[in-house]
Amino acid sequence: MIKRLGTGLAVLWAAATASYVALLLAPGDTVDILVGDGPDTPEIRAGIVAEWGLDRPEIVQYLSYLWRLLQGDLGRSYQLQRGVGEVLATQVGPTVQLTLAAAGTGVALAGAIAILTAGRGRWLRGAASAAELVSVSVPPFLIGIVLLSVFSFTLGWFPVSGAQGPQALVLPALALGLPIAGVLGQVLRGGLERALEQPFAVTARARGLTERALVARHALRHALIPAVTLAGWFTGTLLGGAVIIEVLFGRPGLGQVAMLAVTGRDMPVVMAVVLLSAVAYVAISTLLDLAYRVIDPRIRG
Amino acid sequence: MRVLTRGESRPARRTLRLPASPALRGPGVPVLLLPVALLALLALAVAAPGLLTAADPLAADPLNALAPPGAGHWFGSDHLGRDVLARVVFGARHSVGIGVAAAALAVTAGLFLGLAAGLSPKWLDEALARSFDVLSTLPELLLALLVVAITGPGTSNVIFAIAVAQIPNYARVIRAQTFVVRHAGYVEQALTFGRPRLAIIAGHVLPNVLGPIPVLATIGLGQAVIASSGLSFLGMGPQPPAAEWGAMLSEARNYLRVAWWEAFFPGLAITLTVVCLTVVGRRLQRRFEGRTS
Repeated sequence: MIKRLGTGLAVLWAAATASYVALLLAPGDTVDILVGDGPDTPEIRAGIVAEWGLDRPEIVQYLSYLWRLLQGDLGRSYQLQRGVGEVLATQVGPTVQLTLAAAGTGVALAGAIAILTAGRGRWLRGAASAAELVSVSVPPFLIGIVLLSVFSFTLGWFPVSGAQGPQALVLPALALGLPIAGVLGQVLRGGLERALEQPFAVTARARGLTERALVARHALRHALIPAVTLAGWFTGTLLGGAVIIEVLFGRPGLGQVAMLAVTGRDMPVVMAVVLLSAVAYVAISTLLDLAYRVIDPRIRG
Repeated sequence: MRVLTRGESRPARRTLRLPASPALRGPGVPVLLLPVALLALLALAVAAPGLLTAADPLAADPLNALAPPGAGHWFGSDHLGRDVLARVVFGARHSVGIGVAAAALAVTAGLFLGLAAGLSPKWLDEALARSFDVLSTLPELLLALLVVAITGPGTSNVIFAIAVAQIPNYARVIRAQTFVVRHAGYVEQALTFGRPRLAIIAGHVLPNVLGPIPVLATIGLGQAVIASSGLSFLGMGPQPPAAEWGAMLSEARNYLRVAWWEAFFPGLAITLTVVCLTVVGRRLQRRFEGRTS
């Protein structure tokens, strides 16, 4: 467990360093970006250099950046002239809501499809795997556009944009969750079918267990093991997809902040979003690692 | 009672109906026909879009804006009166071109880095392997956005951004392959005969680590097309008025209520492209796995 934490910290440090290197590589003078469209005199420039500590050697700036990160200080946004932490804090909520809803939708759909179609007739399985193929091949924003034009514009069931109320969460969560359901559904069904062919399944059937009880009590646990290894892909799809889905549905959130920062070359904000996603990745993969131990007693030790 | 093993579950009459030719016996040859034909059409659109449509993708005709699909415009016209069919056809060059370029760049860099890691002393290999790990913890799209934040929007920057995000996938696989190949008998033998190191790498190691690349690259190309359309959708790709599928969708978003065709056809193009690539990639993968195991 301690080793796990160590690896996590190393990943975070590397992500911080990588984003710092990105900042160094960014063309254009930081001072130019900070001056922006405001008055531009040598005195103002000198003031900015002194205020942001830009005259220090790069290694000192890097170390002080790491030191401030350790204290939870993410720096100040060039564009908004506010603390990055403060900016992100107001936007984390909607994004967490969206990603959790999408993850829930994806997992629930995948589980339902896998349980209903595993080992069934060829047509049902064919239809399910075709649906899965399409859902992993379509970019989430396209799924979002299709959902919007059917359920918002044609049927008028859900709002077109914004984040007011649970109604506005349905379509974004579906758009982000469907690709996950596709991949996870395939893996789960494959796992279930393999589990249902194993000796323990035969034994369970011989004991007179119904097929449903067999799936619920024995096979599902086996099917979950390969699914857990998809954690990295899963997190990446959620966080990356959230950016596009937020822009498409006009939802507030980290994605919108990241977009604005990228267009405005507001590097401290971009760096903070990247770091935050690395933190999320480390947290989620550690959690799933723990889940793995619960699911698979063989590696508990 | 239900059938227990996979082999038994296949109905016996299927084998009787199959043609005698062993080349066609493999499952899914007819399944492959359609995707391969569509991909060929796509390649034609990239190479010679003029053959598929006579219209100019950039010619605006405001009087004919948002015309539904019909004789004049098979796929309708967009909000500026531009022919949607022409824009979809010419858009292939941007969307698929970016994907191909990004995948090629990622394969080349991944090959180089993977080989370098696999053949380096342990400390360097560790350092490289760890950096692949860190890169792959960051979501592909966020990493690409970080790169675009540095380089600014534009076609070549998007290619670079997608390639950077995909490099670790290839590098990891090549590194693992290199470990297997470097201790193979023919490499040991070439070493004993005192052939120069570089000649051994180029002549013996390189050709033998390439095995999984076609499969990975086919699926990676599909992912690159998705990523490029996504970045273009966010306004980071080729700048207007260039026809790019993701950018077309981004514009069409405002006219969904009145003109479904403006979004439908570029969307269909992306979907078909990626579905075909995925189907072909998976088929290749199955064949590859069948050969090695």
